[in-house]
Amino acid sequence: MLEVQNLSMRFGGLLAVDQVSLDVKEHEIVSIIGPNGAGKTTVFNCMSGFYQPTGGKILFEGAEVQGKPDYKISLLGMVRTFQHVRLFSQMTVVENLLVAQHRHLNTNLIAGLMKTPNYRKKEQKSLDRAAYWLDRVGLLDLANREAGNLAYGQQRRLEIARCMVTEPKLLMLDEPAAGLNPAETKDLNRLIVSLKEDYNVSVVLIEHDMSLVMDISDRINVINQGRPLASGTPEEIRQNDDVIKAYLGEA
Amino acid sequence: MIANNMKHALFCAVITLVISYPILGFNLEARGVDITISGASTFTLVMVALAALVVFAFQLFRDHIMSALAAIPKPGSDSHKEPMEENRRAQIQSWILTGILVLALFWPFFVSRGSVDLATLVLIYVMLALGLNVVVGLAGLLDLGYVAFYAVGAYTFALLSDYAGFSFWMSLPVGALLAALFGLVLGFPVLRLRGDYLAIVTLGFGEIIRILLNNWTSLTGGPNGIGGIPEPTLFGMEFGRRVKEEGNTSFHETFGIAYSGEDKVIFLYLISLVLAVFTALVIRRFMRMPVGRAWEALREDEIAARSLGLSRTAVKLSAFTIGAFFAGFAGTVFASKQGFISPESFVFLESAIILAIVVLGGMGSQLGVILAAVAVTILPELAREFSEYRMLIFGAAMVLMMVWRPQGLIPMRRIHIELKKQE
Repeated sequence: MLEVQNLSMRFGGLLAVDQVSLDVKEHEIVSIIGPNGAGKTTVFNCMSGFYQPTGGKILFEGAEVQGKPDYKISLLGMVRTFQHVRLFSQMTVVENLLVAQHRHLNTNLIAGLMKTPNYRKKEQKSLDRAAYWLDRVGLLDLANREAGNLAYGQQRRLEIARCMVTEPKLLMLDEPAAGLNPAETKDLNRLIVSLKEDYNVSVVLIEHDMSLVMDISDRINVINQGRPLASGTPEEIRQNDDVIKAYLGEA
Repeated sequence: MIANNMKHALFCAVITLVISYPILGFNLEARGVDITISGASTFTLVMVALAALVVFAFQLFRDHIMSALAAIPKPGSDSHKEPMEENRRAQIQSWILTGILVLALFWPFFVSRGSVDLATLVLIYVMLALGLNVVVGLAGLLDLGYVAFYAVGAYTFALLSDYAGFSFWMSLPVGALLAALFGLVLGFPVLRLRGDYLAIVTLGFGEIIRILLNNWTSLTGGPNGIGGIPEPTLFGMEFGRRVKEEGNTSFHETFGIAYSGEDKVIFLYLISLVLAVFTALVIRRFMRMPVGRAWEALREDEIAARSLGLSRTAVKLSAFTIGAFFAGFAGTVFASKQGFISPESFVFLESAIILAIVVLGGMGSQLGVILAAVAVTILPELAREFSEYRMLIFGAAMVLMMVWRPQGLIPMRRIHIELKKQE
């Protein structure tokens, strides 16, 4: 469903991403790993439209999306989280989820002012969806807290829930386990697998936590210094000499 | 400790002297063509010295005073109290608001004409501040040229009535819509800007409108302004002693009551009240609608908002347009109240005052903004005797507010949303 072909991104003299290719099929979890500064997040930023790639193509469900404005890509059903949590921190937890459902809501100003039955029905539906996902990630009791006051692990979960209420086809997670303790990482592991199994979402994952990556990925792409280094199943990657070299250094 | 305080206290006292003596201690007097400086009366000098002494004493015993103050329980703080139940709180609040509204409806019939006139001005500022609150408080776009939209509303009415004979009621929507259009047009170039840059561009826009009005003499009359702006009519009934326009009747003749100049003032007050309430209600609805949440989301984190499919362009433009719309409303009422407008009324200071109201009241908080609008408009009137020091007092009040209550008079409260448990 997602195909990245020879993606390149150049910042002035720096070639941050060089000829990276990637493909994600439906119902699949694909991980991107690599040392710090390898260009993983830059790939994400190109895919989600924050950067205009300087070369290559990105096809989502057969249509080219590179260079489209970020919000349009998101409306197509490719939604991402961020390496550093980006919540609307002064808004409450529910409001965070309601904002995300903007496109499902009737945004007609007059209908909203008049509170037409149609508007109310949609508003109620989005509230129900928000409640469902809060329950799913275990934040229902905190629904009216300010998002900025949540604990870090809760903020991470809220960010994923916020993506899921948009009913995406492809979810891009940028280091979702960063800053989580082992128990929380295990929960996250289960959550991501369930997103794939129960909600039919494909996932692209950037992660440093190898146990998480090896556990849940269907395929893994390794990037080193902007270049693709290897790709394959977790087993293949584990035994790849180049990867071991890049990660552990030469013996 | 004391020695340390002593030094600090002396310093503060000297600063007080240095600042207040030149301001209060000398008077400029015009004698014929010459201007002479004369010393102030002994009383003033004594007062200045006394003030310095008070500052000195306060700073010297600052720690004692502050700890004594801290020991007094604050009546307003409810941090240790159980928060009131959400719907009960809302109920009480709506009762109080209804009470105030009813009071506001009947109040003008018992007070002097001057007070009603002032109250109308307050309501105009309420409308302006509520509108700016959308742009600054909710959408987080610092707009220093808001007065431009106010001017557009006022001049639209003035010009339409002057050239095309439009009445107040016809001009009201036209003025508001035209101001909204200006908001939309200004919105486009500033979309990419944020923070300081946005503030400067909007400041420039405000000045451009004012200078345009000042110099386009053939259309706007330039600095001479436009006079003879008609007052609003009630179903075609005029409030003047004599009917100005053919076909209209006059209010006092229709109802067979004696003519009174006050009727007109009260009528204008009631119109402003209705419009201000309308503004508050509409914006309150907006805040709870997707568009309101989108404004806040964009203020909180633009990148996250975009990643969730919110178009920055649409959200920012809607905030600018809606904010400008209500400024147009206020402008039309203002023109009608004054009967005469000139570019003088739309200087930068107006923008600054409206912004100050929003900040004082609490960004995003409607109740706070209304309260601040009342305070900022009425206090200078009450303090007329100190008119020379008005801006001084105003500035001091701002500083004190920012020190003690940086979040504003009534900080914004988030609405509580009840969720049904899913099976």
